[in-house]
Amino acid sequence: MIRQFMLNLMLTFVWVALTGDLSFVNFWFGFALGFFILYIKEKNDGDVRYFVRVPKIIGFLLYFFYEMIKANLQVAYDLITPKFFMKPGIVKYPLSARNEFEITMLSNIISLTPGTLILDVSADNTVLYIHVMYLKDRDKFVRRTKEKIENRLLEILR
Amino acid sequence: MDIIIMAMTSIGTLFILIAAVGLIRMPDFFLRLSVTIKAATLGLGFIMGGTALYFLEFSVTAKVTAIIFFLLITAPVSGHMIGRTAYFTGMKLWKGTILDELKGKYDRKTHSLTSDGDDPSERTPPVDEL
Repeated sequence: MIRQFMLNLMLTFVWVALTGDLSFVNFWFGFALGFFILYIKEKNDGDVRYFVRVPKIIGFLLYFFYEMIKANLQVAYDLITPKFFMKPGIVKYPLSARNEFEITMLSNIISLTPGTLILDVSADNTVLYIHVMYLKDRDKFVRRTKEKIENRLLEILR
Repeated sequence: MDIIIMAMTSIGTLFILIAAVGLIRMPDFFLRLSVTIKAATLGLGFIMGGTALYFLEFSVTAKVTAIIFFLLITAPVSGHMIGRTAYFTGMKLWKGTILDELKGKYDRKTHSLTSDGDDPSERTPPVDEL
């Protein structure tokens, strides 16, 4: 996993040095090229976890960005129209992330999605208290967060 | 290209403006907090993206990436600390708040927070004071 990532970076730098153009676009083009070459080389032997994980990370980032803009527009609409549609509440969210790093990443991502804000983690690391702006149904919110955010994040991290 | 840069910086400024309006219009502290932190982060991200596209140099793009990265890491942490302190000191929730499951979970002396099992039957009714 780490070895493959390092090899990929090495190939990227080789590409950048050969083309002699250290621009952002060229760097990522080299990265994609190196990724593809490594995939062809290693797809028959060794572990292919790295090649599954990188597309998943990119997909997660895109999904997160899309969700962030969508929710921001919803909040913005609510703000500039005279009537409030919010139903705020504090929800207890049971964690399936166990170690501290996973919890930190998860709460950062939940906090960055507009409308939700982490208030605290319980002392035994099992429950997260989240302040939600648009709380229609508590169980639905917990299930959605679990499926859409936590499971995907843990798939990447573990 | 110019049009993309203009659009990105304008959208960024608009989001920050909306955050400022939210700071005034929102009815209670937690809602204000959650509006300002995210909208301002996203707005700054857009402005930074516009800057990177305007200069199109590796050094500027790298700096922009670093700024956005640290912003994304630090903003939620500060929001969490402010929110936790506010709740702990007994900031009032808005009267439209429909659920408060954090109520009474803090130990006033040791500041530790219990999880109290997972019992969905003990829902708290609407609250307007702590």
